[in-house]
Amino acid sequence: METVIEKDKRIDFFRIEADQVCVDYNGTVALYDASLKLKPGCICGLVGMNGAGKSTFFKALMGFVRPSRGKIRINQTMVPHAQRDQAVAYVPQNEGIDCSFPVSVWDVVMMGRYGSMNFLRVPRESDRRAVWHALERVELLDLRKRPIGALSGGQRKRAFLARAIAQRASVLLLDEPFSGVDVRTEKLMAELFLQFRQENRTILISTHDLSHVRDFCDLVVLINKTVLAYGETSEVFTPENLTMTFGGMPPDLLSGPTGSSEFK
Amino acid sequence: MSEALVFASPFSLLFDPLSHEFMRRALMVSALVGGVCGLLSCYMTLKGWALMGDAVSHSVMPGVVIAYALGIPFSIGAFVFGVGSVALIGFVKQKSRVKEDTVIGLVFTGFFALGLVLVSKIKSNIDLMHILFGSPLGISQSDVNQTLIISLIVVIILLLFRRDLMLYCFDATHARSIGINTSLLHYLLLSVLSLSAVVGLQTVGIILVVAMLITPGATAYLLTDRFDRMTLLAICSSAISSIVGVYVSYWFDIETGGSIVLVQTIIFLIAFMFAPKYGILKSKSSIPF
Repeated sequence: METVIEKDKRIDFFRIEADQVCVDYNGTVALYDASLKLKPGCICGLVGMNGAGKSTFFKALMGFVRPSRGKIRINQTMVPHAQRDQAVAYVPQNEGIDCSFPVSVWDVVMMGRYGSMNFLRVPRESDRRAVWHALERVELLDLRKRPIGALSGGQRKRAFLARAIAQRASVLLLDEPFSGVDVRTEKLMAELFLQFRQENRTILISTHDLSHVRDFCDLVVLINKTVLAYGETSEVFTPENLTMTFGGMPPDLLSGPTGSSEFK
Repeated sequence: MSEALVFASPFSLLFDPLSHEFMRRALMVSALVGGVCGLLSCYMTLKGWALMGDAVSHSVMPGVVIAYALGIPFSIGAFVFGVGSVALIGFVKQKSRVKEDTVIGLVFTGFFALGLVLVSKIKSNIDLMHILFGSPLGISQSDVNQTLIISLIVVIILLLFRRDLMLYCFDATHARSIGINTSLLHYLLLSVLSLSAVVGLQTVGIILVVAMLITPGATAYLLTDRFDRMTLLAICSSAISSIVGVYVSYWFDIETGGSIVLVQTIIFLIAFMFAPKYGILKSKSSIPF
């Protein structure tokens, strides 16, 4: 454990390092020349329209799509290695989950431990403790025996956040965490994000909700097929940048080798 | 048989059939197959693979015919064609713009038609009716052995990968992001599906085997919110349906495959009506007016 902290303190240690990443699906460019470096202990908003490449970028970070060019490092290691280390946790949108699946809240959070368990996925005492602790942090301990479908949208979001905590991931990828969430959950999430930052975790929040990004994020990345801008939230949120992100791109970016296919 | 029913005591109704070797065999095989298919049916219903189950079970037809003609165990032929149909579905879907359900329908009917043509052309002692509708009452010892071995393989795989398969059905993205090989799980589940289709067609035949692969799971799904309980309920309801189905078929002299599936359907309907939490009678009364 100590070595990890030592490593984290190094000035050039990055949780997420994407270097000129290009992703295309059968010739259609989804992401072009995207570069990004995130240090341990930061909360970063990933802002863009639908289809701007947010989910593609997530998929690349999780190793679901292989970049056609460029490289990605998580905690200075290759993505498959980071997967085996349980380094990356994905917190899905509520719509992406089959809510009528016959599992309890406890079962869902326990799924965060599967990667660290043996082949048969038999929980050890330490796994149970991790799940208990994670449920405590998201204030769902009382509801642990409920079926996942019996929870409200906000409670469900917290359950999946607990799964990421139980996984002990150092990189958290959150997909639209603020949609359909009650006030209590939102407040709790804000507190948790600050705690995660203290714990040197890096949080990347994909959203098109600008007001929440302003309130929650230290850094922001604007993307539209490529990284248009990234930096401190206050500096990046300029009218020009936002027009580029949501309105279209300046001509010089369109004239790239793959530019013409981007706006069919 | 049905006239005798009126006069028979319940005891002799239950135990007289057991004096026949073929009935003991049929009951044992049907219960086993029911249990195995019931276990798998949980994954099929949760993953939404009913159509895939239908496709694989129909596609094994030419494999069975060819295996009989070549004199090899029919399960091998069936397995090859079951997996082959899935591979072909995947390939056509990837390489064309035709939608998945269309591709599935197209491929399995093609395979099934091939099977029918082969049966009519290859002169052998294959009974088309046995393949299509099953014949647990006339099952041979070698078929019993094959069924035992395949069932054992299926159960072992499903038990070993129980948790991983559940996670794969629930949230494949998470499974993949923590380094679990989801394509391995995908093909494992498809292979197990092919194998189960092979054992299932012994008792209820190719046409109805899909019922064995979805109905018990659907019934159990209405009865519980816990995965482990769902698998137990599915196994029990499926095995019991098979036993009751075989008895009913013996008492009333009716088609066995049909009677097994009919019992399953009736159990589903009862759950659909009276399930404590998800039955329609329950939900009606809980709506406040």
